Amino acid sequence: MEPAAIFIAKITIASSMAVLYATIGEMFTERSGILNLGVEGMMLMGALAAFAAAHTFDALWPAVPAAMLVGGLFALLHGFFSISLRVNQVVSGLALTLLGIGLSNFLGRSLIGKAAQGFDRFGLFPLDRIPYIGPVFFEQNLLVYPAYLLVPLAYFFLYKTPWGLHLRAVGENPAAADTVGIPVLRIRYLYTFVGGALAGLGGAYLSLAYTPGWKEQMTGGQGWIAIALVIFAMWDPGRAAAGALLFGFINAFQFYCQAAGLTLIPGYVLRMLPYLFTITVLVVITRWEAAKKRIGAPAALGLPFEREE
Amino acid sequence: MRLILRKRLRPLGWSRFLIPPVSILAAILLGAVLFAWVGANPLRAYTEIFKGGFGSIYNFSETLVRATPLILCGLSVGLAGKMLIWNIGAEGQLVMGGIAGAGVALFFSSAIPSCLIVPAMMLAGFLGGALWGLIPGMLRARLDVNEIITSLMLNYVAIFWLEHLYFGPWRDPEGRGFPGTAMFLETAWFPRFFGTRIHLGLPVALMAAILIGCVLAYTYWGYQIRAVGAGAKAAQYARIPIARNIVWVMILSGGLAGLAGISETAGIHYRLQQGLAAGNGYMGIIVAWLSRLRPGAIVILSVLLGGLMVGGDQLQIILRVPSAIGLVLQGAILFCVIGGQVFNDYTLRIRKG
Amino acid sequence: MPDDSQSGPAVVMKAIYKAFPGVEANRGVDFQILSGEIHSLLGENGAGKTTLMRILAGFYQPDAGEIHVRGQRVVFRSPRDALAHGIGMIHQHFQLVRTFTVTENIFLGMAGSLRLDMPAMERRVAERSDHYGLAIDSRARIWELSVGEQQRVEILRMLFRDVTILIMDEPTAVLAPQEIDRLFAVMKRFRAEGRSMVFITHKLEEVLEISDDITVLRRGKVMSTVRPRQIRERTVSAGTELARMMVGREVILEIGKHPVKTDAPLLEVEHLSVMGDRGELAVADISFRIRRGEIFAVLGVAGNGQRELVEALVGLRPITAGCARLNGIDLKDCMDSVAYIPEDRTGRGSIPDMTLLENFILTDPKRFKKGPWIRWKSAERVAQTLMDRYRIAAPSPGMKARQLSGGNLQKLILAREFFRKPRFLIAEQPTRGLDIGATEEIWQALLGQRETGGVLLVSGNIKEVLSLADTILILFRGGSMDIVSCDDEKCLERIGPLMAGVKGAA
Repeated sequence: MEPAAIFIAKITIASSMAVLYATIGEMFTERSGILNLGVEGMMLMGALAAFAAAHTFDALWPAVPAAMLVGGLFALLHGFFSISLRVNQVVSGLALTLLGIGLSNFLGRSLIGKAAQGFDRFGLFPLDRIPYIGPVFFEQNLLVYPAYLLVPLAYFFLYKTPWGLHLRAVGENPAAADTVGIPVLRIRYLYTFVGGALAGLGGAYLSLAYTPGWKEQMTGGQGWIAIALVIFAMWDPGRAAAGALLFGFINAFQFYCQAAGLTLIPGYVLRMLPYLFTITVLVVITRWEAAKKRIGAPAALGLPFEREE
Repeated sequence: MRLILRKRLRPLGWSRFLIPPVSILAAILLGAVLFAWVGANPLRAYTEIFKGGFGSIYNFSETLVRATPLILCGLSVGLAGKMLIWNIGAEGQLVMGGIAGAGVALFFSSAIPSCLIVPAMMLAGFLGGALWGLIPGMLRARLDVNEIITSLMLNYVAIFWLEHLYFGPWRDPEGRGFPGTAMFLETAWFPRFFGTRIHLGLPVALMAAILIGCVLAYTYWGYQIRAVGAGAKAAQYARIPIARNIVWVMILSGGLAGLAGISETAGIHYRLQQGLAAGNGYMGIIVAWLSRLRPGAIVILSVLLGGLMVGGDQLQIILRVPSAIGLVLQGAILFCVIGGQVFNDYTLRIRKG
Repeated sequence: MPDDSQSGPAVVMKAIYKAFPGVEANRGVDFQILSGEIHSLLGENGAGKTTLMRILAGFYQPDAGEIHVRGQRVVFRSPRDALAHGIGMIHQHFQLVRTFTVTENIFLGMAGSLRLDMPAMERRVAERSDHYGLAIDSRARIWELSVGEQQRVEILRMLFRDVTILIMDEPTAVLAPQEIDRLFAVMKRFRAEGRSMVFITHKLEEVLEISDDITVLRRGKVMSTVRPRQIRERTVSAGTELARMMVGREVILEIGKHPVKTDAPLLEVEHLSVMGDRGELAVADISFRIRRGEIFAVLGVAGNGQRELVEALVGLRPITAGCARLNGIDLKDCMDSVAYIPEDRTGRGSIPDMTLLENFILTDPKRFKKGPWIRWKSAERVAQTLMDRYRIAAPSPGMKARQLSGGNLQKLILAREFFRKPRFLIAEQPTRGLDIGATEEIWQALLGQRETGGVLLVSGNIKEVLSLADTILILFRGGSMDIVSCDDEKCLERIGPLMAGVKGAA
């Protein structure tokens, strides 16, 4: 067996992926000013879509696009209500979650216990030969590697390109963006879709790679944790990755204790840790923000935009 | 083609009352599509649902049983919602209420005079839920931490603790198949009425609804709650203590959900067991929103939704449609209704070009 | 960039009609802009000036009418279309992203390459701003800038888009007199370059100073279009003539004020300091005294600490240093006899979604309580009485507050507060956005309050302050520039520079 540190580090990466994709996705959505609390529902629908596609076509290639498409479309439902109908975004997001849970339960009935192709772990030669870093980062499954590119790309996009500037403007002051001709509604729809697609990808990761198969509510609240992590990340991709890794670490620690038979911390407490961790993280970051009087969330988050008075 | 929403200057008159039924009709149509897709005749499906929920005295009694925790959870979420506090933690507060009440039943039945056991369990249930609501309440009031996530995370914590208890230290020594604690002594059972499964929880829930309604409409505290929800800055200007109110509302809100927990535990299961966390807390959110946070409507809607769930269960048996269809229908109803509510405040105009 | 077509006007708007639910904002308006001129659009609040210009700038679509730019018919579907034709608008409330830098705001929305080259863009901004004398730090973030500096960013933004017709909505509302002069200098510069400007305002004096053309709007219609020279040629005072056109009757700007002031002290503020939202000192060591029967005004351009001062006095913001005492007792402990009319009527002063009745009991619930219960019936009687007394136009107290007009809402708030018979009243911008009739009513009510106690009036409206106040404290950057007792016309000359932070001017 590998040394404990390597084992824990590897599992940390593996456990953080679903949450990482979902967090980056929700970060983009919220940067445009739309609060989408339906992440849990979108991840579940994505997980189901991916597994269903893999099972039906007995192949992996349609699974991920299916998951992202389903997640994105599902998010557009919330988008329509929030952007065009200007419904309260908290309610619409919650409704989306409930719908997602119910719909995925309903549609996935026949798939429980079935098997399909999954993404196995493999070594990315020659990077996996690097001591220490190699086994940890480059002996993962195929769905992990895009994340390594996604985070720096997201950072570059957000802060170094005109489109990132437009996105941030729409979230801070949509009226100002509108004045200079930026299509506010279109941008909000786009990034709502992007958020849903990434959440769907996170769900696909769960049902195809992490715990292959379909189980009701298999996301176990990671959608909600992603929402909390967006706040922790202060809407920044780098910090989002850090938060996701922290979450992954808690999970890895839990696994390790169970695998190594450590009974210092009882099993049920271990299982609670990720959720307690999320609360702690939220409290810490809220106090820190308040103490530094920093401007945190996109100023227009959750507020509908209309031009005609 | 563009959809333009324009704010209404004058609110809708009588046509306001058309919106909810039309929205629900839209949801029913969507459900019909879903039924058809699964291969069931929609008309027959809906008929069976209706019969299952309201078709006979017995069925209706089952509906009322199902509605009891929904009323309490709906009140829980609805009360908090009046202050624009989102209590997503009703599920966890329900579980904690069940645990607390069960604790009294399992360990103190012999120490308390038998006529006081049930009230003691009720009180414990209320306090258990209240404590679980207090945590996100304090975090929000003192530290301004988002209560949606904190209350939701505590749901998971509560459920894990529940499982630990009935799989572990509180496990039924006689090991009766279904995971759970030992059965309570009969003195700790909630009385049932009319030979059905309707139990003490229902009158308690109804009284709670009346009480909350009176408090909101006629007391100064109720006015404070509504003012904070309708205009927090103005409430602050009027020197209404917001933080203090948040805490008390979350205590009461958690307590209501806790009552739901103990009433399911001591009214139906007679033990603490798997299945206590059945989603009532989340459905309470739907109930609260569909009823626009009004206690009277919460009761009515809980009964209707209860009927939908009970009927949906029947559907599984008769037409072999997965009972999860009930959840899907609820989600569809929620969306259609919130979509419909838009028309209260806006008119829709379609502009070409 | 200068417009070559000297033949014909740059912009012609014909028969513009625009209605919103409940109000006809523009009723058949004709409007022309020549190239290389400053055209003022004058009118009271609600006359339709902003609406008309928002149509021209592409924010609204007219319900009827046409727009021609340089002889060609155009239809603007969005602000972007208007900008493409060289028409840009600077709004009354700046459309800037507070967390972005000056440069980011200026280049927002402009097509660029794949990468943002910040240093190069910042250099261009610095060059252009120097060229026009609009000093600005291109790296600064908007929230760090003063209001006058923010306005410069807006202007620069338009310059970078080669705007030839620049619309400015009440640009002087937030400027001190010195800054207004600087703005006018820049405007004249633009005019020399051949650009046109539309200057929306309700301030008569400025209009006469800067305009080539003046169009007066009243209730959605054009009353007349004149050139200032024409007016000055008549014997009647130009200001009165314009005012008459704006309002329809001779506006008596004087108000019958008989002295009530006594010497008994009412409110004492000593060395008061208050922190602002961003850790800066918003109010720095202010001391003043208000006497019974006096209206004491704090005058200043918005954003100089008035908000923080008032919030500290009423307890919505912690006091960092110093104290405030009412009749010798700490003000915090006397809030029962203090009434506060906030500037933000719909956000703070009332709850729009609640009924008038529920709004009436907002600040003095004890009077309507019996134990835990509210006595709705007696509250309703009181509400009805107040509505009659103050002539609040509404069918019943059961109406929602959001349906009241601005003037009626303000009267509700006043009625509510006066009903408490307060010793001391704080009024923040009480007549902002109200028409002449409502303004006069409010002024009379404030003067009447002098009988029962005293008034602290916080306002940026010089006319209002001069009409009502016995003593004036000029506030600048959180500090008291001077406290003057004003009875003469010389006041304005003294006050102007003080408001801009210039001490001891002639």
